[in-house]
Amino acid sequence: MSTQQILLAGLDPNTGDQTWHLADYVKRGGYAALKKILSENIPPENVINEVKKSALRGRGGAGFPAGLKWGFIPKAYQGPRYICCNTDEGEPGTFKDRDLMRFNPHQVIEGMIIAGYAVGSERGYNYIHGEVWSLYKRFEEALDEARAAGLLGQKILGSNFNFELFAHHGYGAYVCGEETGLLESIEGKKGQPRYKPPFPANYGLYGRPTVINNTETFAAVPWIIINGGEKYLELGKPNNGGTKLFSVSGHVVKPGVYEVPMGTPFPVLLEMCGGMRNGKLKAVIPGGSSAPVLPADIMMDCTLDYDSIAKAGSMLGSGAVIVMDESVCMVKALERLSYFYFEESCGQCTPCREGTGWLYRVVHRIEHGLGKPEDLDLLNSVTDNIMGRTICALGDAAALPVRSFTKHFKSEFEYHIENKKCLVPPEVQREGSRIYVTPNRVPSC
Amino acid sequence: MLDIEIDGKTLQVPEGSTVMDAAHQAGTYIPHFCYHKKLSIAANCRMCLVQVEKAPKPMPACATPVTNGMKVFTHSELAINAQKGVMEFLLINHPLDCPICDQGGECQLQDLSAGYGGGASRYQEEKRVVVNKNLGPLVSTDMTRCIHCTRCVRFTQEIAGLMELGQAYRGEHAEIMPFVEQTVASELSGNIIDLCPVGALTSKPFRFSARSWEMARRKSVSPHDGLGSNLIVQTKHDRVLRVLPLENEAVNECWLSDKDRFSYEALNSAERLTQPMLKQDGKWINASWQQALDYVAHAFKDIAKDHGAAALGALTAPQATLEELFLTQKLLRGLGSGNVDSRLRQSDFALDGKLGGAPWLGMKIAEINALDRALVVGSFLRKDQPLLAQRLRQAAKRGCQVSLIHSADDDTLVKIFAKSIVAPSQLPGLLAQVVKSAAEQKGATVDAELAKVSVTPEAQKIAASLVSGTNAAILLGNFAQQHAQAATLHALAQQLAKITGAKFGYLGEAANSVGAYVAKAVPQAGGLNAAQILASPLKGYLLLQAEPELDCANPQQTLAALQKAATVVVMSPFKLASTLEYADVLLPVAPFTETSGTFINTEGRVQSFNAVVKPLGDTRPGWKVLRVLGNLLGLPGFEQNSSEEVRAEALAGQPEFVADRLNNQANGVVLNLSLSAAGLERVSDVPIYFADALVRRAPSLQKSLDAKQPRARMNAATLAKLGVAAGKQVKVKQGSGVAQMTAELDAGLPDNCVRVAAGHVLTAGLGAMQGTLTVEPM
Repeated sequence: MSTQQILLAGLDPNTGDQTWHLADYVKRGGYAALKKILSENIPPENVINEVKKSALRGRGGAGFPAGLKWGFIPKAYQGPRYICCNTDEGEPGTFKDRDLMRFNPHQVIEGMIIAGYAVGSERGYNYIHGEVWSLYKRFEEALDEARAAGLLGQKILGSNFNFELFAHHGYGAYVCGEETGLLESIEGKKGQPRYKPPFPANYGLYGRPTVINNTETFAAVPWIIINGGEKYLELGKPNNGGTKLFSVSGHVVKPGVYEVPMGTPFPVLLEMCGGMRNGKLKAVIPGGSSAPVLPADIMMDCTLDYDSIAKAGSMLGSGAVIVMDESVCMVKALERLSYFYFEESCGQCTPCREGTGWLYRVVHRIEHGLGKPEDLDLLNSVTDNIMGRTICALGDAAALPVRSFTKHFKSEFEYHIENKKCLVPPEVQREGSRIYVTPNRVPSC
Repeated sequence: MLDIEIDGKTLQVPEGSTVMDAAHQAGTYIPHFCYHKKLSIAANCRMCLVQVEKAPKPMPACATPVTNGMKVFTHSELAINAQKGVMEFLLINHPLDCPICDQGGECQLQDLSAGYGGGASRYQEEKRVVVNKNLGPLVSTDMTRCIHCTRCVRFTQEIAGLMELGQAYRGEHAEIMPFVEQTVASELSGNIIDLCPVGALTSKPFRFSARSWEMARRKSVSPHDGLGSNLIVQTKHDRVLRVLPLENEAVNECWLSDKDRFSYEALNSAERLTQPMLKQDGKWINASWQQALDYVAHAFKDIAKDHGAAALGALTAPQATLEELFLTQKLLRGLGSGNVDSRLRQSDFALDGKLGGAPWLGMKIAEINALDRALVVGSFLRKDQPLLAQRLRQAAKRGCQVSLIHSADDDTLVKIFAKSIVAPSQLPGLLAQVVKSAAEQKGATVDAELAKVSVTPEAQKIAASLVSGTNAAILLGNFAQQHAQAATLHALAQQLAKITGAKFGYLGEAANSVGAYVAKAVPQAGGLNAAQILASPLKGYLLLQAEPELDCANPQQTLAALQKAATVVVMSPFKLASTLEYADVLLPVAPFTETSGTFINTEGRVQSFNAVVKPLGDTRPGWKVLRVLGNLLGLPGFEQNSSEEVRAEALAGQPEFVADRLNNQANGVVLNLSLSAAGLERVSDVPIYFADALVRRAPSLQKSLDAKQPRARMNAATLAKLGVAAGKQVKVKQGSGVAQMTAELDAGLPDNCVRVAAGHVLTAGLGAMQGTLTVEPM
């Protein structure tokens, strides 16, 4: 198993805040890919093909092959096309793009410029979530550096290629991380997902063909151009190319962002995080709060790639690994998650608008000792009525935790309903949720 | 064409169809709430989920494009389960208040819940409550009932042209609301009541007055603008309680303007005249029809005998029915007077005798949507022609370049390609520039008068737009028709249309503007026109459905003439306070809901209707009154037994269109371009809710923003020049009249222009709608 890093290589969380500048990035080999493309006049199709070969899959959660997505942009289209980067990571547990943007913003910029070159776009937007303001500010500074160095703007590096890039910050709506909700938000409208089809490749920002990818996806592109798609694919597993950032949170000794090759066994990642803080592993949500929870035994057998986790009944998602030890009450955890989706539903379509509130209220009732025996069936039935019937994936995202929690930890829910109290004693829960800071580590933000 | 199978039924649908379109074509009903054929697709209610072969999930029929060979199941287990699931979600937070909800009995949610809803709710938690919003005097809200289909939001944005509603907040907290501190001010706002599939938006004037199933539904036709919107009038106990649109794609589509919808309130107004009245020794006494009509017959006969029949004149409102108009002119002409006119707000009659027929739209109403170029000349488009403006708005969205030349710059909410706003006196000159420029671009020749004109870039841009089109139209609005050089504007527009190959038409001012020409209720050779009838005071006047002090071009002159007359006979459904001073006989004639009749709209469509309720009190249909009066006067040809007979006589048959009577071509008009106005020019609009006797008396319409008191509106330069501050009271003087009003800044007006509305009691003392006036600070 390779230990090659391509996104956070040579970056140290302790010094990363000083080494993000253009000069540092160039020292690390940055903008070489862009220079290569422009100086060698590599045809855009070849760039797309290289990305296709790499099996780079969308890092935002859905895992859609990036090269394929780029290839969907209609070639004959007259008029502007756009590149959008989705840095609106708002899912509980996900904070990988934060470190990437904080320590290595130029790699994202370079990836976006290359994407622009590949699909014939002259304008891009990076939608950065508004909660971590410093990221937005840093990205603006990075853009200024790039513009000053002639890496953005007209006739980049003396070529005939023009590309301008802008930062746009959100105001904290989770649903704006949904790609079409994000496009609406950039357009100045209420962030509500659009019905698809048409997909953004045909009808995207301002109704124009648009490539929209996750931050991490764009950041992987320069390495692929320099080293070739095949090499990237070799880093990971077939159909699961390259490395991936995992943001590990929960009851591990060293929570944080880790870059490992796709297909790394979960126990290896857990080891990198210093293992469990105390107590035994109970459950893991492998891909952000919308991914179904997996009990410890299933999770320990998984490798970290799209296919393995899917086979186990969950999703790799954005690579947000939420680790829970036995101090966690699964009913309380679900209540928290359900509240999140209830609060973040955009309210556009019926099943999600009405269903998320219903789910939350029933789980809340169970947690507070007011559950009824038929509630578990009711929850199942309500999730049935939400899943697959909404405009965007938020409905599924709200339903999947409910289904998986009640499936894998049914006994805990039944205990709550029957005994009007929690299976995990309160003092254990209190101990488990104590704030715990690893020595010698700067707490992120 | 694409092949699709819906529930086993195969059919072919055009490319680009959705499953909903295909189902409609196949006659299959798919339940839905947010989908509406005239609005964009939202796909948010999820009620129309159906099963599509090979699709893993149920798909919304409204938003799923048909692909070739697609198989759709609308009643499969998967589809029904999905639909039932959605219905359950819709109902969990919906109040169970159907018994006290105005929508009850005509509620889509109620109807569909019978088919897809459960017997009892599984939702045990507390239901959502949403604070109601104030959407103005016309639309009442019960926002707790809202199911967030956003039809109302999409309507205001897409059809009415201005986003006045939106969905604020997220998730379960989402609420439909207007902008902070604002209401819905659109002149089409009532349509959101029809669009709302639940009882969240209901009619404020109608609220709690009847259940939908208690009312009778009768067809009728709107008596306001030239469109002739088709109505369903709902009545109970011989009282009109509500008006809804009757869908007619060729006329009003499925919409109504608010005046069409809410003017019915005037029918129950306290100002209704319910009994014939005579003035004796300066006092009004109730009379029988016999007495009153005898009185009128004698008075008219006496005037004809003493002063000649030419001392008699009739002024008829262009909102009167064809039958009334026809019998009025027949009566006058039978007595020997040709002095009859319906064009009360017109001031230039130079076209009389030169026009080929009745001025009309010049095309079918539905053809507006297909235009690629349009020039609107002199129109307060949105307020004068709400639904025609809506069609132009849709045309503009499809790429039609709409240009405007006018004397005020109100927001039309139509995407305007080019516009030029000049003082009324400059309007003919401006249009002449467009004609000259178009001629230059087309290589056509123009007469010497036009050759002298120098073309501004804006006029050139408008001309270039018209020249570059393949389906253009030039449309004269109310303001152009009422203009002091209306004939010149007409001749120029006609010339421009000829040069550019454009259609040429009038945006008909009133419900029967065309009908008045067809009925010959306009002067023929030798007869006096409306202005002359009032300028040379006559001895006897017959006023039909008109309130001349508010409906005529020059109220000052009108009042003077009527006060001087020996006999003024008023046939009206209402008694206006000022009428009581000059009138001698008041005859209560029926408004459009209490008589059968016919309106001929601006495209020449003949639309007849029946009475929907019994006449109020002693009111009689106007045609019957005129018919009896004809008998009492001993005139021949007053033997009709029904309004149909009158109509057949007026139209020489029962045509659906009066195409042969319509003609906008005028010959031999002398252009009059060299006009200069000294001093301040008056720009007059007739605000939408002062335009006729009905809307003036509809209390809810009178509460709306469009019914605010007239103000003296000027641009900043004019205000400064006069030393007047916006918001301060000023004295507006015109002729012998003075009106006191508030000065208001209107940046859209040209210099040296004062915009003072007509049609309002406050300004009824002033002179002509177009002319000069003075403004003095108080």
